[in-house]
Amino acid sequence: MSTMLDIQGLTKQFGQFTAVDDVSFSVAAGEVLGFLGPNGSGKSTTMKMVTGFLTPTAGTAIVCGNDVTRDPIAVKRHIGYLPEGAPLYEDMTPSGMLSFVADVRRLSGAERRNGIDNAVDKLQLNEVFNQQIGTLSKGFKRRVGLAQAILHDPDVLILDEPTDGLDPNQKHHVRKLIADMSKDKVIVISTHVLEEVDAVCSRAIVIAKGKMIADGTPSDLERRSSYYNAVSVRLHRDHVAGLKEALGGISDIERIETGDDVGETAHVVVMPKNGATIIETVNARMKDRSIVTEQLYVERGRLEDVFRQLTGDEQGGEK
Amino acid sequence: MSAALAISKRELFAYFSTPLAYVFIVIFLALAGATTFFFGGFFQRGQADLQAFFSFHPWLYLFLIPAVGMRLWAEERKSGTIELLMTLPVSTTQAVAGKFIAAWVFAGIALGLTFPIWITVNYLGSPDNGVIFAGYVASFLMAGAFLAIGSFVSALTRNQVIAFVITAAVCFIFMMSGLEPVQSAFRGWASAFVVDLVASLSFLTNFDAITRGVFDLRDFVYLASVIGIFLFANVVVVDLKKGS
Repeated sequence: MSTMLDIQGLTKQFGQFTAVDDVSFSVAAGEVLGFLGPNGSGKSTTMKMVTGFLTPTAGTAIVCGNDVTRDPIAVKRHIGYLPEGAPLYEDMTPSGMLSFVADVRRLSGAERRNGIDNAVDKLQLNEVFNQQIGTLSKGFKRRVGLAQAILHDPDVLILDEPTDGLDPNQKHHVRKLIADMSKDKVIVISTHVLEEVDAVCSRAIVIAKGKMIADGTPSDLERRSSYYNAVSVRLHRDHVAGLKEALGGISDIERIETGDDVGETAHVVVMPKNGATIIETVNARMKDRSIVTEQLYVERGRLEDVFRQLTGDEQGGEK
Repeated sequence: MSAALAISKRELFAYFSTPLAYVFIVIFLALAGATTFFFGGFFQRGQADLQAFFSFHPWLYLFLIPAVGMRLWAEERKSGTIELLMTLPVSTTQAVAGKFIAAWVFAGIALGLTFPIWITVNYLGSPDNGVIFAGYVASFLMAGAFLAIGSFVSALTRNQVIAFVITAAVCFIFMMSGLEPVQSAFRGWASAFVVDLVASLSFLTNFDAITRGVFDLRDFVYLASVIGIFLFANVVVVDLKKGS
């Protein structure tokens, strides 16, 4: 599919401080890009430049063929944007709010009716449609914010922390919504909730201190984790020593971590060297010694772990 | 519907969705009436005109109009909705114009509701309705000038109270520049040209001329230019400060 969002050397400086430093990437239709990074890493600033809210210090973003520094209005027409914290006019009702956005976007006739009906329907806003936004719960407010972003069926959807502050059911609902809409659109979501990346993203970019430090599929990133291909074993605590002994001398094993005991059960994680596949060897050794396990599985790699590896050190150095 | 018009509609709705609109209109009408009859000596003057009515408008506007303008941008910045607004496909000029027009229309509604005094003076005598009409136009333009200043100041801060106080102060300076204390301060050292220039920048000087029936296009042009200049500055400030 064609590239719908092309970010070229985007840079933003506030005085001496460089919030976003030469970020470049492009996203094709159908991709759901997770934009990851610690708080203050430049995620929101990047999104604000792409949506035409902030003017870049250098570089630009091309959205569906329009350059945001030359023709911001054309870019804004193609984008649906949920700003961080989903700010809304609290004195309005969802009905008034959506009508206002439809007016500003110059939707009329069937396009307008369908847009509003569709957004209300997808985000289940019917019951609060005529209630003042200021009186709504956080979940509903977020949904009104999402509704105004998808109203005009945009080609590029940019959502800054779309599930922040939602309960697990609402999170699930929003993720499903994102997945459903992703077919012919570009969707960029920023988040620091890593399960979200697994749940909806086809690609993840990690940004720290304004710089891009990783770009790949979620499984690419997981592969970078020291837990990738690690073997997790739960077994009776009396067998732990036997297990350790059994696994001695395997060259692909980096180390063996022992977790806290829960009752009679112990949790042991066997860490591989450089992500090598060790499950077969481990399994064979345990069979030889007839060690009985309650549970045995291969870890996929922990995004949290990768995230800390990539971004944690730099933050530590700052303090 | 054009984007600017859509913004105006929303803003106007916002005024009437809070008690501010009703409080403003009631207070404005009450004070306009009180000043006309008690301080202006409407009946005692024995003249069929509305000078007693119009001459207090600058003073009413001085503290009422900043209350209308203060929320225009400060509220958007404080609540973060400015990010929502400015990422919709609107130019800053459209947004500034849309908001200003809403506030101006609102002030116009309040001014329009003073129509009973026009009926009264026509019932009591036969005034020059052309002069009265010019007075209404001038009063409306002056409200617009105050509002343009208010909208500009509102874009400088996220705090509505600060916006109110600064707007009132700036408007006061604009009003006073034609009065004796300011004039004498200049007369001591500045040339007559400068003194006249300062005087000509006064809202009061320009406004009084119109309401007295002295028709000079320059007075209208002056008020319209104040609106234009401050709205232009408003656009610049919104562009500069929207992200901070």
